[in-house]
Amino acid sequence: MSHPAHRRPEYHKINKDLFVLTYGALVAQLCKDYEKDEDVNQYLDKMGYGIGTRLVEDFLARSCVGRCHSYSEIMDIIAQVAFKMYLGITPSVTCNNSSRNEFSLILDKNPLVEFVEELPAGRSSLCYCNLLCGIIRGALEMVHLAADVTFLQDRLKGDSVTEIGITFLKKRDEKKYRRKK
Amino acid sequence: MPERVAPNAQAPQLDSYAPRAEAEKTFSYPLDLLLKLHDERVLVAFGQRDGIRVGHAVLAINGMDVNGKYTADGKEVLEYLGNPANYPVSIRFGRPRLTSNEKLMLASMFHSLFAIGSQLSPEQGSSGIEMLETDTFKLHCYQTLTGIKFVVLADPRQAGIDSLLRKIYEIYSDFALKNPFYSLEMPIRCELFDQNLKLALEVAEKAGTFGPGS
Repeated sequence: MSHPAHRRPEYHKINKDLFVLTYGALVAQLCKDYEKDEDVNQYLDKMGYGIGTRLVEDFLARSCVGRCHSYSEIMDIIAQVAFKMYLGITPSVTCNNSSRNEFSLILDKNPLVEFVEELPAGRSSLCYCNLLCGIIRGALEMVHLAADVTFLQDRLKGDSVTEIGITFLKKRDEKKYRRKK
Repeated sequence: MPERVAPNAQAPQLDSYAPRAEAEKTFSYPLDLLLKLHDERVLVAFGQRDGIRVGHAVLAINGMDVNGKYTADGKEVLEYLGNPANYPVSIRFGRPRLTSNEKLMLASMFHSLFAIGSQLSPEQGSSGIEMLETDTFKLHCYQTLTGIKFVVLADPRQAGIDSLLRKIYEIYSDFALKNPFYSLEMPIRCELFDQNLKLALEVAEKAGTFGPGS
């Protein structure tokens, strides 16, 4: 063998700053490439979508969560298990409407924006962390849930909190198969 | 010996074959085996002997691998073997390997069976087919919450397949999905994936078979 087979390191520690810097470089480059904020937001969302469709398998393989029976169960898992596992934070969940398909994640801390003070001039509608929205959307789609995920409020834009809104779009597919634990 | 196929509805897959029983013998005219053409392959229909069994396919003639029902240089195998001038000839027989297309078909069929199985359940929320048992092998299936099915064919006495299936899921999520150049639902051609899969299979085999001499 040319190199020993890779043993997966559990939560191998890399410098978080490197990750934050890489994300910042990504957004900065997209801003250079695209003039309009909507385009940058769209590409961030697309990239996130590609990540989400893959990350969800890693999440499911490692977290052993079972099948969820309601949207609020799903939101709790996203906030308390997934966000914790990947970003080390635990956003809080609120439900925004009575038909119980619109929810919000309120992010108290967000490691991605640690070094960002404010959006540059002329970039007032940039959703800096839109990658996250794409990730959530992609991951949900792989478990057969269509959802709209956007930033409803953003501290970087001057709002008091950072809030991600998740709207589940249609009735869940009933014929899903559950793996017994 | 476990063989592994990991399909989902579009059936991308990987095989990990253990060495198969093959027999190579030299024959003189006339051939005492009865051969027939089946599904683009030349199979032994009758005349089992010396490790050559009914159902085995002609794999190679005079050391050159055959191409379905044609020899390496394009002649029809049955015609070639019917000509006394070509003897003595050395023929290698063995269990025919499934082609990629055949595997895709079988995986798709299993996918449909799986769906039917879940619907047949008298109780709500069935997990779907988890195991298919025969006298020569057991088929284990694990479906993830995203609908991907991992299928392992193993010796009926082999233990530890459940944890093997979980491990395969982890290996898939690591070495296939995190490879930026791998596209979802395509065949997995990632070396790290193959390497780690082989390791996991070796570990599982050692974990134990219940049976004489284990």
